[in-house]
Amino acid sequence: MFFGRLISGDRPGSPILAIVLIAILLGLAFAPFLFPGTRSLDTAARICIFIALAASYDLLLGYTGIVSFAHVMFFGIGAYGAALGLDGLGRGFGSIAIGAAGGAVAAAALAFVIGLFSLRVRAIFFAMITLAVASAFAVMVSQFSDITGGEDGFSFKVPRELTPAFKIADGKLFGVSLNGKLLLYYFVFTGCLVLFLALLRVVNSPFGRVLQAIRENDFRAEAIGFRVVRYRIAATCLSAVAAALAGSLFAVWLRYAGPDAVLSFEIMVDVLLMVVIGGMGTMWGAVIGATLFVIAQSYLREVMGALSDATEGAPLLPDLFNPDRWLLWLGVIFVLSVYFFPTGVVGRLRGKD
Amino acid sequence: MPPAPVLETHGLTVRFGGHVAVDAVTCAFAPGELVAIVGPNGAGKTTYFNLISGQIPASAGTVMLAGRDITRASASSRTRAGLGRAFQLTNLFPNLTVRENVRLACQARLGRGFRLFSLASDDRELTAEAEAILARVRLASLAGQTVAALSHGDQRKLEVAILIALDPLVYMFDEPTAGMSADEAPVVLDLIAELKADAGRAILLVEHKMDVIGKLADRIIVLHNGALAADGEPAEVIASDVVQEAYLGRDLTEPAPEPAPEPTPESTGETPHV
Repeated sequence: MFFGRLISGDRPGSPILAIVLIAILLGLAFAPFLFPGTRSLDTAARICIFIALAASYDLLLGYTGIVSFAHVMFFGIGAYGAALGLDGLGRGFGSIAIGAAGGAVAAAALAFVIGLFSLRVRAIFFAMITLAVASAFAVMVSQFSDITGGEDGFSFKVPRELTPAFKIADGKLFGVSLNGKLLLYYFVFTGCLVLFLALLRVVNSPFGRVLQAIRENDFRAEAIGFRVVRYRIAATCLSAVAAALAGSLFAVWLRYAGPDAVLSFEIMVDVLLMVVIGGMGTMWGAVIGATLFVIAQSYLREVMGALSDATEGAPLLPDLFNPDRWLLWLGVIFVLSVYFFPTGVVGRLRGKD
Repeated sequence: MPPAPVLETHGLTVRFGGHVAVDAVTCAFAPGELVAIVGPNGAGKTTYFNLISGQIPASAGTVMLAGRDITRASASSRTRAGLGRAFQLTNLFPNLTVRENVRLACQARLGRGFRLFSLASDDRELTAEAEAILARVRLASLAGQTVAALSHGDQRKLEVAILIALDPLVYMFDEPTAGMSADEAPVVLDLIAELKADAGRAILLVEHKMDVIGKLADRIIVLHNGALAADGEPAEVIASDVVQEAYLGRDLTEPAPEPAPEPTPESTGETPHV
């Protein structure tokens, strides 16, 4: 019952999906112990952050039916907010809070202005405006290098409690040293979990129902008395704030903020794919999509290297599986998954193709 | 002394380019009154509706609802002020359930849209109200279905349910039985008759079937080439020359044949025949 309310009564709707989701939750919750090693911990943290980011994008794309290309810009604003907070105010949790709050407010304000000027008109216009604003923002970040570090970005110090030098206790637990890195991971994990559950609540709230009505038929939503533009602007601001907070967590995790890591258009495309592959209009889709995507991005090269070695001697195959061709295979996997699962993995598992 | 009108239009006009689609229509509708609006295809009936409910802006004239000038108000604020509009082409939320469609209308009426962190399913009052309305329109057994899976007739009933959920001062039905089978249409017409019995509400009904109008309407107005051509008791209007002429001499005491579908785009504006 309590758990039902925690997930806002939004049941996965398929036993297989439920099992997969529980496995992902447990895997992420115990990642430092289940998958020891710097690289796998980094992958786990990225999965957490991209689940929150993809979920916030799905609020816009899947629930409200708004296509935005500025979502990663808001992610970047949050990342730079936290980064500038820690850089300027010194390493402390207060600096993170102030920086993240500043980033969230800036993201909401910018989303509000973009929404106010472009959500009244046709949807395609909004998409184009977001593309233009996001490009302009990326140029600004690289130009104002005194503040942002330009193309190189900048690193900063996080609170000492979140660094490997900080020891929680002597010795190890299940072979994992109890240091600040572990705390940092759980800081990120908890932050993303709270963000995700909050978004899950929003889409199952009365407000979320109105957003779905607008997605289904904005003309009729207006005709039964909802001020559609206000709801669209509110959804845009809300998803911008969630993206900014996810960005803040990412910056703290990386101890770095730079255009390629938090602002690039590639990330925008990645997030779009995560939502589409997982299944639009369902928050669980964001979980599945982000997990699959980040794992594929991180480990496809290894798998291909192994395949290439295994097929050594056979004609053509070793070349085809050459680790350098990993992007080709990633592309093939995406094309196939969109083709075979047009409603996403979640839609497929729920039998709604 | 008749009751004060709840809805009035004064010289309501809209021009599309050089064409006058609705031409200075002045008309008043009293509470408790069911007014049928008739006229040949392209006479401007749906356009007149769109002007009243705010889907298209008027070129001239005013619309007054309960004494308030709403001529420049948005469609959604007119709905909140008490104007309930059903559309000629079924216009619903196709991938949501039947229950959710009605619930949303209740939610809109009560202004419960901006609740971000409560659970929609916790609002049992809203669910109960939606269920009661669905029972009233004989859709209770389909409450959990998605709208896209419903038959055309059931979708039309759902349109009526949404209007009931809005509890408007003025109901506007645009050919509510169009495309319905002979055994389904009476259900919708009975519902409209029930709404009329509720009293205190005005009902505007665009309908082609003269037998239906004769039974239901208290008053008939005739639009012809966008202008008000007649306004009065059903019997006298049907017998009048203007109706005989407007319907090209057809004998209107006989049930009219099903009219040809009106030209696009019906849901927002009728393109007049030139």
